[in-house]
Amino acid sequence: MGIFFSFSVVVALTVIAFAGVWIPGMQYFFGVVIPYLAVLVFLVGVVLKVAKWGRSPVPFRIPTTCGQQQSLPWIKHSKYDNPQTTGQVIIRMVLEVFLFRSLFRNLRTEMNDGRVTYGSDKILWLAGLLFHISFFIVLIRHLRFFIEPVPSFINMIDALDGFVQVGVPHLLLTGVLLVAAGGYLLFRRINNSQVRHISLPADYFPLLLIIGIALSGIIMRYFVKVDIVSVKAFTLGLVSLRPRTPAGIGAIFYIHLFLISALLVYFPFSKLMHMGGVFLSPTRNLANNNREVRHVNPWNYDVKVHSYAAYEDEFREKMKEAGIPVEKE
Amino acid sequence: MKIYSLLAEKKPDVLKKWFALILETYPKETSSFLKSQNSQTRNPVTQAIYEGIEGIFNGLVHEDDEDKLNIYLDNVIRVRAIQDFSPSEAVSFIFSLKEVIRKELDKEICDPKMFKELLGLETRIDSLANSAFEIYMKCREKIYEIKANEMRNWTYRALHKTGFYKEVRTEE
Amino acid sequence: MAKETTPEELVNVDYEAPKKDWTETPVEFREGMYCYGSRPVYLQEVGFPNPREWSPADEDWKLPENWKEIVLTAMEERLSKYRSFRVFMDICVRCGACADKCHFYIGSGDPKNMPVLRAELIRSIYRKYFTIGGKLLGKRAGARELTEDVIKEWWYYFYQCTECRRCSVFCPYGIDQAEITMIGREILNLLGLQTDWIGGPVANCYKKGNHLGLEPHAITSNIEYLLDDIEEITGITIEPSFNRKGAEILFVTPSGDLFGDPGTYTAMGYLMLLHELGLDYTWSTYASEGGNFGFFTSMEMAKRLNYKIYAEAKRLGVKWILGGECGHMWRVLNQYMDTWNGPADFMEEPVSPITGTKFENAKSTKMVHICEFTADLIKHNKLKFDPSRNDHLNVTFHDSCNTARGMGIFDEPRFIIKNVCNNFFEMSSDATREKTFCCGSGSGLNAGENIELRMRGGMPRGHAVKRVQEKYGVNMLANICAIDRAVLPPLMDYWAPGVDVCGTHELLANALVMKGEIKRTQDLRLEDLPGVEDDDDDDDNNEEGGE
Repeated sequence: MGIFFSFSVVVALTVIAFAGVWIPGMQYFFGVVIPYLAVLVFLVGVVLKVAKWGRSPVPFRIPTTCGQQQSLPWIKHSKYDNPQTTGQVIIRMVLEVFLFRSLFRNLRTEMNDGRVTYGSDKILWLAGLLFHISFFIVLIRHLRFFIEPVPSFINMIDALDGFVQVGVPHLLLTGVLLVAAGGYLLFRRINNSQVRHISLPADYFPLLLIIGIALSGIIMRYFVKVDIVSVKAFTLGLVSLRPRTPAGIGAIFYIHLFLISALLVYFPFSKLMHMGGVFLSPTRNLANNNREVRHVNPWNYDVKVHSYAAYEDEFREKMKEAGIPVEKE
Repeated sequence: MKIYSLLAEKKPDVLKKWFALILETYPKETSSFLKSQNSQTRNPVTQAIYEGIEGIFNGLVHEDDEDKLNIYLDNVIRVRAIQDFSPSEAVSFIFSLKEVIRKELDKEICDPKMFKELLGLETRIDSLANSAFEIYMKCREKIYEIKANEMRNWTYRALHKTGFYKEVRTEE
Repeated sequence: MAKETTPEELVNVDYEAPKKDWTETPVEFREGMYCYGSRPVYLQEVGFPNPREWSPADEDWKLPENWKEIVLTAMEERLSKYRSFRVFMDICVRCGACADKCHFYIGSGDPKNMPVLRAELIRSIYRKYFTIGGKLLGKRAGARELTEDVIKEWWYYFYQCTECRRCSVFCPYGIDQAEITMIGREILNLLGLQTDWIGGPVANCYKKGNHLGLEPHAITSNIEYLLDDIEEITGITIEPSFNRKGAEILFVTPSGDLFGDPGTYTAMGYLMLLHELGLDYTWSTYASEGGNFGFFTSMEMAKRLNYKIYAEAKRLGVKWILGGECGHMWRVLNQYMDTWNGPADFMEEPVSPITGTKFENAKSTKMVHICEFTADLIKHNKLKFDPSRNDHLNVTFHDSCNTARGMGIFDEPRFIIKNVCNNFFEMSSDATREKTFCCGSGSGLNAGENIELRMRGGMPRGHAVKRVQEKYGVNMLANICAIDRAVLPPLMDYWAPGVDVCGTHELLANALVMKGEIKRTQDLRLEDLPGVEDDDDDDDNNEEGGE
């Protein structure tokens, strides 16, 4: 089954990082070479992929319309589910990208008091949204390791994130949420027979990898504490392109870093590219204004047609008999 | 009768087991989809079936008349009639209710009085099977009727195209 | 059925997914679930490749020798021509939100009917031949070899998709299985794998102008036959024109409405409405098809068939085009026609000659939906109705997939119906508007031989109607689609017996009070209107009339 394969790969990656850093000289390799390579692969890969998508033409304007079209002025137009203008499309996209509008529609067929109803099923939406938002905030929080002095908005996010004021250091909610939401998504993938049936190793792997990254981060922050000062010195060295071999940072940090590198390398070749793809989806990012503004197909070509003249030639006598006007008598 | 009140008490168990047996009649690939963890109602197919068998069970226990029972039978069979089952497979789910009840009342039916009551109930289930087969046949006949109607319409259109139909109409 | 197992054992069954991977379960062709293969003559007529006698049930499909090369080249070409195809191949995360949204999956439980898996049928080939991961990791990356069995599987399942786009509404990335099905069918067409039911109408439409193959004189005589009935019902003589140059408006509607009941009643509705308005319009026998079965074969074929509409508008010199009630016709007109065969700069921006309303939303395509046109008339009080003539009807409205999710025309038909009927009831909001359920027979699947498939696919729609039938006594299912009018009657017959089917303009014409009409005692179906005394007639009919 896909999940065992994916799980073994993530474990293997962890073991490699853990074992690797004990080998003399390999700290530089795991701490500097690999991260640089990973970032390079990530950037080049993503750019190439998006360019490939961007270069492919959009021959037809095919939005999926999910609300009332704009027609007569007195009929209420559903602007953001069936956009007519670019501005409306942008709002539709914002709702889609930041609030997962389509997933919010998710329904589940149920029976209440012997009556069939279609109940709403928001758990997937909620888990998906929490997963992505937590991931995003965690990323932003990590900017503190790459910028000196730390910008105030990052401190603010940190403060908000740790508002529950539990433990030392303060518990940051998003990290926990990331693991929890990711865990739910994984549970759903295994537990729901429909989803399990369609799942590929490529579905389990990134989920396990991200959970692994989050867990290693949490362990580092709360349990096996690492020397934050030398971590920051090391990360600043990386971004300023003056890498120094990190010293005195625990193995757990290398595991964290190596798993992140693996994610970066994997990203451009995988379904994780849905991050960029959602912006390019022609059923969402186009206005439903074909009848108002002509859409041009860049590769439109002439086709063989059956002309009126040929039609009349075939049926002229029958047409005349039926009293239908003809071009040639 | 005592057996009915006994069964009414055991309704959740009986229904659950009966439902599981019915889902087993689907091909392995499909059945694992129709079943879902804690709810029998994720899919309209299973809803129709569950709703139907619940109605049938209630009808049996409360000794409803046949017409009322047939409505519930219809719910289940109408779905199964279009789902790749042979005729016997499509209606055999009725008989599996007997099996479930016998297991469920394993101890109680050692009592001869209760056993007699069970036989009475089983006779009712048997006659239910008869109705089930009739409903199944009606559904299948309906499908063939629809097919035949479509063929007839097309023949009519073909006649119309050649102008034949128009002549008939003007004579009228 | 497993009689030898005890219930307990069965209940304790572990809910394992099928042990076998879906790629390893070969397709089994079940009678009643697929359409016949196309006759060679249909393919020859329009120049489609590989015409031959074949049947899907045959072991040997007589594919061209280099079929594999054809398929892979075709995929490559389409990957570079359609961003939709490329993006949809890459970004699916298999979240499963689409799974239970497909009417075929709901009705059958067959996992390959889940939209995501239907797409994976082709995605797995994409990975194998067009991605690094698939080439290197093979099965682990979800890739598989292209074999003849794969082609058979494509054929079976791409013709179990009605291109209804319901999955696309729920997909977080808008992945549209209709788009994937369309491309899949286009590739299958390159191998000569067409269904007879689609091939026939395409060939007919290409040469004769409409799917039914009605020749020009048959069209006029069919309409005359409808006019006779109108005269009988209203006492009004209508004389529409055909292929008339200089008319202001060209009227195009699906040919199905000229032929089969209950579509013909809708066509009668158009004739009555347009006559009552005194509209300067003409029918065309050359562009006598609004629908486009070419759309179910390839983009090119669809364009070739669609060409006639603008060509005829140009030849006749009309100002704009009015389109009748039809589903996929309007997806094509709304999202494709202008791009294929435009710009329609030889016409004028459509303006209603009766109300002066400008149809701004159609100013480039110059084609207006008759429901937009009629709703505008009603809003401006240009029509007089007697809705009580529809009082014996409890009406509900079925949104057609294509007009719902490829256009978004929801409130115009509802506005019309509410003005001409006193009893209107909505179905559950999860089975209407953008969440509407398909009739199960769209995209060319309305053949006779696959009736079981159609009944299955239409089950969710059937159940939704049955519920309003039980709750409100609904007995009439209105719609704005010619295919619906052809396929919903048998569907209702099976799932909700007692519910009839009609077009929106049939209801309108029943209620329409026309200038100079006689007292109406019959509806458009020539059935007596309940509660109306037939005082013009002899007394011997009175018993039936006074029901």
